[in-house]
Amino acid sequence: MTPMQIVFLLVASVTLASAVMVVSTRRMFHAALWLILTLLGVAILFALLESRFFTIVQVVVYVGAIAILVLFAVMLTRHVMSEDQPQLNRSWWIASLATIGLFTGMVLVMRTWPIFTTTQRAVGPGGEDLQKLGFAFVDPSGFMIPFEIVSVLLLAALIGAVFIAAERKGGKG
Amino acid sequence: MSFITDPVAFLANWLQGLLAGWGLSAEWLNFLMLLIGAVVLALLALFWTIFLIWVERKGIGRFQERPGPNRVGPFGLFQPFADMLKIFTKELITPKGVDWVPYNLAPVLIVASTIMIWAVLPFNSTTSGTNISIGILFVVAIGSLGEMGVIFGGWGSNNKYALLGSFRVLAQLISYEVPMVLVLLIPVMLSGSMALNEVVNSQHIWNIVLAPVAGLIYFICLMAENSRAPFDLAEADSEIVAGVNIEYSGLKFGFFYVGDFLHAFTMALLFATVFLGGWRGPYAEQYPILGFVYYFLKTWVVYFVNLWMRFSLPRFRIDQMMAFNWKILTPMALVILMTTALLDKLLPAGQPILRVGGFLVLNVILLVGISLLLSKLLSRRPRPVVAPTPRPVARR
Amino acid sequence: MLNDWLYIGLFLLITLIVPIVAIAIASILAPKKPNHIKTSTYECGLETVGETWVQFKPQYYLYTLVFLIFDVETVFLYPWAVAYNQLSLFGVLEAILFVIILFGGLIYTWRKGALEWQ
Repeated sequence: MTPMQIVFLLVASVTLASAVMVVSTRRMFHAALWLILTLLGVAILFALLESRFFTIVQVVVYVGAIAILVLFAVMLTRHVMSEDQPQLNRSWWIASLATIGLFTGMVLVMRTWPIFTTTQRAVGPGGEDLQKLGFAFVDPSGFMIPFEIVSVLLLAALIGAVFIAAERKGGKG
Repeated sequence: MSFITDPVAFLANWLQGLLAGWGLSAEWLNFLMLLIGAVVLALLALFWTIFLIWVERKGIGRFQERPGPNRVGPFGLFQPFADMLKIFTKELITPKGVDWVPYNLAPVLIVASTIMIWAVLPFNSTTSGTNISIGILFVVAIGSLGEMGVIFGGWGSNNKYALLGSFRVLAQLISYEVPMVLVLLIPVMLSGSMALNEVVNSQHIWNIVLAPVAGLIYFICLMAENSRAPFDLAEADSEIVAGVNIEYSGLKFGFFYVGDFLHAFTMALLFATVFLGGWRGPYAEQYPILGFVYYFLKTWVVYFVNLWMRFSLPRFRIDQMMAFNWKILTPMALVILMTTALLDKLLPAGQPILRVGGFLVLNVILLVGISLLLSKLLSRRPRPVVAPTPRPVARR
Repeated sequence: MLNDWLYIGLFLLITLIVPIVAIAIASILAPKKPNHIKTSTYECGLETVGETWVQFKPQYYLYTLVFLIFDVETVFLYPWAVAYNQLSLFGVLEAILFVIILFGGLIYTWRKGALEWQ
């Protein structure tokens, strides 16, 4: 067991445990905190995959923006810390059967996909080449069109958010 | 290299030789060197804060034409030690109903987020914590750790006013992060890498000469990220009952201010690294100790300007702050980014004087244009009339 | 390369542990005399009324959303900026198009009044 494997097992188990705690903890604020831990765990997994840029992007975007969004939404809700709802409702056994069935089905289907059986080309020990990524973003035969479409997508998200929020404020728009 | 010209590298080599001589394997040696380096740097940053507290208190005293601390030791130099002793022995009052983990983690996170920045700064041509290739984004990511600290403090205190205060601080922090992240693209463009070592190494001409507007925006955003005056709405005692740190006492309260003061200095270090050429100066490559000296001097100049603004300017209202950020700084950052990118490609390559001149002209045009636009817009705004009829007392 | 992350991980651990140790020392040194008044929530000397919640202000949420959009946009621009020195004018024009589209979004948000602090 190399140190890398030990570190990977540790980080992966912490991430999975936090993810389970997100959905099973009784108080919403604690669920948001466990979510932050899960996102940080995923960032460390990116670092283990030798991809520095995506580690830091995960922290900047997910922990620094999306987690804050989630926390705002949680903190601006009433009765955030109350525990008066029961943990499980009456049909919990149907839900667990459906979950297990879905999981088994997905695993069986995924085993036939070649991506899980062939070894992929690993990122070299120097990490990924950000320059190549930058070139690919503006290369017409690369990812130029998706690059521009991303900006349109972000614009759509911005307009949608402003429109909905402006309605809430009493039709200011 | 000798001890005089390159102290840190000399000591590191000597230590490494000593430890290897004791028969450690290569990985453990590496690990131990990293550990010692990290401990030394982190403790240095933390204990440097003690000196910074003295500088702030003496400075604000002098700016306000009063002596400042002058009883405890010569020039009051031992005052921070007395403060520390006092704050270590104050009772840590924990109000009932707090959420224990966020409440106690908040001051720790705020201090940790500031010291972490010291890990990527290049102090010298040979000395830096680590030269991670995404250094600039790392600094931004560490800011998000500090934001977490503010949220934990506000929520964990079980206090309406702490929560409200923390919301306002958070809104300020995330708003001012937008122009900051946009403007940091310009040094990355000019140097071709995000690693801070590369950014410093490529500054044969300082970045502030090539992009002064970007430097100005970055300086303002760093002050706002630190919640320093004139942006210190959150800790204004008259506004919202001292904000996030209402329910904290003793050392936890002290750590909020340690984070604040250290962040001011770290901000000066960052500005000197990214825009003022870091440790660069005459003979800094041959004699690395001169690198320390230049870096120190540049940081002190920026820190002094920061303190100067803190002690002299009144604070902004929150709507003024937000309007300033979203309506002035963000469009300015976007415009300077686009125009700098375009201009650098349009200018003929390899002529540094033309390049500097071209960039300076662009920045001056932008600044003058924005200020003209602003003055025109502001003059059109109706000014509130206080007393339309002449008042009997105030007669000329 | 993992050396970098190891250093940062160690640094993070140290910067988290040192303040925790300091607070632990302070909690040993400091007196502990809690009484009813000291541990009640501070509200300018009055008793608290109602539970701890704050009225929902859509302003906070809007600022965070706009920040998120611009953050993601800037993260897309960072690889472009790293490759900037070797790009042709066409590459620069594409990125400018990217930024102009989002600048338009900012102007829309401004006109809709979503950037005003109520």
